[in-house]
Amino acid sequence: MKRGTGSGGGSTRPAAHELARYEALFASRTKGMKSSAMREMMALTERPDVISLAGGLPDTSTFPAELYAKLMAEVAVEGTARALQYGPTEGMAATVECIVEVMAAEGTEIDPAEVIVTTGGQQVIDLVCKTLIDPGDVIVAEAPTYPGAVPTFSAYQAQVEQIEIDADGMPIDALEATLDRLAAEGRRPKFIYTIPNFQNPGGVTMSLPRRRRLVEVARERELLILEDNPYGLLRYEGEPLPTLLSLDTQMAGRGGASDLVIYLGTFSKILSPGLRLGWAVAPRPVLEKLNLGKQGSDLCSSPVTQMFVSAYFRQREGAWLEYVEGLRDLYRSRRDAMFEALAEHFGETARWTRPEGGLFIWATLDERIDTTDLLALARTTQGVAFVPGRAAYMDERSGSSSMRLNFAGMPEEQIREGVRRIGKAIGEQVGLLGSLTGSSGGRAGTGKTGLGDAPEQAPKDSGEAAGGQEGMADVVALPRREGDARGRRRRDR
Amino acid sequence: MTQAMKVAVLKGGRSLERAVSLRSGAQVEEGLRRLGHEVVGMDVGNELVPGLLEAAPDVAFVALHGREGEDGTVQTLLEAIGLPYTGSGPSACVRCTDKALAKHLMAEAGIPTPPFRSLREASIRDLGAAAAVASIESELGFPMVVKPARGGSALGVKFASSSGELPGAMVGAFSYDGTIVLERHVAGRDLAVSVLDGEPRALPIVEAVPREESFYDYESRYQIGMTTFVCPAELPTETTTRAQELAVQVYDLLGCHGFARVDLLLDRDSGELWVLETNVVPGLTETSLLPQAADAAGIGFDDLLSRILASAFDR
Repeated sequence: MKRGTGSGGGSTRPAAHELARYEALFASRTKGMKSSAMREMMALTERPDVISLAGGLPDTSTFPAELYAKLMAEVAVEGTARALQYGPTEGMAATVECIVEVMAAEGTEIDPAEVIVTTGGQQVIDLVCKTLIDPGDVIVAEAPTYPGAVPTFSAYQAQVEQIEIDADGMPIDALEATLDRLAAEGRRPKFIYTIPNFQNPGGVTMSLPRRRRLVEVARERELLILEDNPYGLLRYEGEPLPTLLSLDTQMAGRGGASDLVIYLGTFSKILSPGLRLGWAVAPRPVLEKLNLGKQGSDLCSSPVTQMFVSAYFRQREGAWLEYVEGLRDLYRSRRDAMFEALAEHFGETARWTRPEGGLFIWATLDERIDTTDLLALARTTQGVAFVPGRAAYMDERSGSSSMRLNFAGMPEEQIREGVRRIGKAIGEQVGLLGSLTGSSGGRAGTGKTGLGDAPEQAPKDSGEAAGGQEGMADVVALPRREGDARGRRRRDR
Repeated sequence: MTQAMKVAVLKGGRSLERAVSLRSGAQVEEGLRRLGHEVVGMDVGNELVPGLLEAAPDVAFVALHGREGEDGTVQTLLEAIGLPYTGSGPSACVRCTDKALAKHLMAEAGIPTPPFRSLREASIRDLGAAAAVASIESELGFPMVVKPARGGSALGVKFASSSGELPGAMVGAFSYDGTIVLERHVAGRDLAVSVLDGEPRALPIVEAVPREESFYDYESRYQIGMTTFVCPAELPTETTTRAQELAVQVYDLLGCHGFARVDLLLDRDSGELWVLETNVVPGLTETSLLPQAADAAGIGFDDLLSRILASAFDR
């Protein structure tokens, strides 16, 4: 067809066919960066009149303003020039000392030389993919998985195999079966991505036997593990479990050197996501590549916030941990408030996980309810938002009757009201289903996530119960620890 | 060249298509500025009417998609304050936006549209309408498409391949509107015919070709990046002509004004054309179907805007 003729002349006219030129210029990886109606809808929930239980946010309102001002003043007095200058790619030594201290609180001894400071934990996911993933390479992740990792994996054109988790986290026998199958297909995963503590979005914690077995499997098969641990210190009950990093170090049997675990940590949940500071602890050869990758990404993380962190940690011995303890008390009671509200408002067929820490509860509804649609209804008629389960699945299809709820970012009355509103929307849908099927009861979701198969409290030894689950629906943005800002931004369009 | 005017571009709003609308609005604003108009972009919300009264534009360019923008709400307000505006008037908006109504009107006028029934949520509660579902199933058969009567987002459009899937699909669709349309599924090619006032009326046909065979998946089917658009669609001449005639007939039947986009299906089995729906404010980003079709007809984006703008004064 003819094009471009006869129309008022514009040299600047952005005609449709001209767009095709850009199409040819885009990297093939952008094809994996897809938009979806679900993600667009999620963006609509960011409104003042909507109670959002969708965010991945910690509550930063409890940080004392005077302390913030004092610390920033210290940074200025002690090192304006340094704070305003570039810093080393691997991070400032004083900040790395703080990281060593946090890791010790996680029960994990590390060598400061194995640390790289990053711009949020999200950057670790990005750098690890940048370093390890060629298009088509396999990543094994949990199902559901951190919604903010989904776009990163997609951008690097990884093929992601998701393993359904249950109340004890990733079942390692299922992992091994998947690894066997991949091996039979001649495919070898580059790394296994797991969030062992208070998983985002599932809320469950990997049991100790599984942790040990996971590390053994990784060692037997020479696979890397990306251990994502943003909330390990936010434990509200139960005993802390050793990190995969520390288990690997023990098994390696040489002091302080882990062979196969890349550990992701962050200040986002124990201090502030606005600082945009996280870190990786990695085997030396990997660390070097991460460092090179980071040079290309942003040269260094902000010295201003790194100096803020070191000023914060040295104000008084252990003061940072006291703040974390305050957060634990705050979040524990918010979690409990959400448990109560769920029991009161979510109806008989709903099930949910009972996290011992972290920020999220994963709830699963009648299998015929699609939480993406529920979100559309709840957003407009009730003014409430959550993350539909599909956002935690690479295919954006699974997990359709589950949802992720954040209990940390809001005061208790907002949590109760938000859950009540969601419950009202659920009630409408369940009632309608009942009318259409001539039954009153719902059907419990049998989602594929193992999270769902247990009735509301999950049993089990380690005490984390898993509620029902099934996958999630599609979302737009999934927030989380440092990933927050990034996850929230719509990348699709 | 038209005379320079002050144009309020209405965009955004609160519908599920807000994001697309903001992009449409941004493109329209740029184009209108290139044409020498003074442009005021307005993200539609609580302050719409006071904002319009204060800005006192000569004309409003409606670049809103979905609820409020396409269902006649905003058009009614614009008429009430005496401000000329682009696109269809309130009654055409109501007819097009309500897919159940549009399909009734088309069926009555002899325009082929896939067999359907509509159901109101309230009738299930108040009139025992659930008992009618079985007859609808046997009449329409499976697979069936279930969609909200109003709303243009791909969300809410469900595919039920069996009786067991129907209740969930209906509840899903009811999440977006109190009325749903249950429609016999027609397998075939997706065609869009944009229609303008003036000549040519029907623009070259755009075909949406799914990149992957996502037959059962309406959401991905309409996802950006999952679909390739071909314009003009590669069709036999008589099919093209017939589709364009049908589109113009529907445009006139529903009383559209200025511009609209009519979506059709070319039946894979019978070769018949079926009209699905009409969009009174189709997407106006450069990659949207209407601008693509106009481009294929040699009408540049800015010229297209000029024509649409002029139609505001020719109601």
